[in-house]
Amino acid sequence: MTNEKDLSRIVTDNLGEVTREWVVKLKADGTLQTGRIKESELETECRRFLELAASEMFKPGDSAQLGPIHDMLGSLSRSRALQGFTPSETSNFVLAVKLPLFELIGRQLGPAEQAQTMMALTAFIDRLALFTIETFQRSREEVIIRQQREIAELSTPVVRLWGGILALPLIGTLDSERTQVVMENLLQSIVEYSAEIAIIDITGVPTVDTLVAQHLLKTVAAARLMGADCLISGIRPQIAQTMVHLGVELNVVSKASLADALALAFQRVGLRVISTAPEPRAGLA
Amino acid sequence: MDRIPILKMGDALLITIQVDIHDQIAIALENDLTQKIATTGARGVLIDISSLEIVDSFIGRMLDNIAAVSRMLDAETVVVGMQPAVAITLVELGLGLTGVKTALNVERGMLLIQNRLGALGRDRAHRP
Repeated sequence: MTNEKDLSRIVTDNLGEVTREWVVKLKADGTLQTGRIKESELETECRRFLELAASEMFKPGDSAQLGPIHDMLGSLSRSRALQGFTPSETSNFVLAVKLPLFELIGRQLGPAEQAQTMMALTAFIDRLALFTIETFQRSREEVIIRQQREIAELSTPVVRLWGGILALPLIGTLDSERTQVVMENLLQSIVEYSAEIAIIDITGVPTVDTLVAQHLLKTVAAARLMGADCLISGIRPQIAQTMVHLGVELNVVSKASLADALALAFQRVGLRVISTAPEPRAGLA
Repeated sequence: MDRIPILKMGDALLITIQVDIHDQIAIALENDLTQKIATTGARGVLIDISSLEIVDSFIGRMLDNIAAVSRMLDAETVVVGMQPAVAITLVELGLGLTGVKTALNVERGMLLIQNRLGALGRDRAHRP
């Protein structure tokens, strides 16, 4: 078809003008306002898009041919997603090119060709916009999944406090899945460090309900089967009250703070902490 | 039929489970062990399950049973060397093995038994 070839040529001839108008339109829509992207950067992206679009894409065809421009839009929307752009800002990047192009068509083509060309162009741009949004969405989901995984890994460290004494500081809500990870980590560490005592510190656990208590008890029971004793520490006053009101009983040795639990652990393994400081000064004792 | 050997070490009996254990072996072990405690007058039973990788509820119950029977015959059972995966499985099955003492390895398990023997007094050496 001739008019698409014409359009391709028209766009190539007027590349600078269309780019300028497009950037002006994008600026009017507020793309630059947040300062996440520079004007020169935006202009480069626009020019690159138009070059790709003009050279091969205004041909009639299906999306199978849209390799380079899909790659370009894909990486663009991925970086937009990471930079924190909204979905509408991202799709607007592609959609905003319509107006300058329509004006160009209106100036350069006769009325008979105009309608047809515009329809083809609209379909083309819309397809690209949809693709952009889809990639944007997928990138966001990837970010979320990665963060979830990182949180799961980060929040369950097992710390060796002393030979044979481990601490497991729990942070965040304990659900079944996390309990499983925590339990496996703890048991593995018990084997690794030949631990006799594990202190589970729940200072960072916001609420303890019957389910969380059950998960804790499971962990304690599994550690006991391995031959290690568990102490629970860091039960905040409100949590202790809630647990009593709920009728939750832990049936394990529990201490108010990690320090108390550590002191007990030292006592169990037969260690004593002594002060090397000289005689305490009067008034400090 | 396969049998699991029961070794006598002083006043303790040592059992090392190194084969895949199935129900018949488990029942035979329970019988043999009961006999052996009665004949030797052992005061401690040490069961090493560090090679055991698969447990089911039957094996779990068997361990509990052995502990209960031993206790009745005045011997203390210590299960040592349980794998993490096995521990998780038993807990998920609801088997806490509350009547059994546990230790991380044979060395510590032996220490537990010796402490108990020590607490019982030295006169045990002159049993009839």
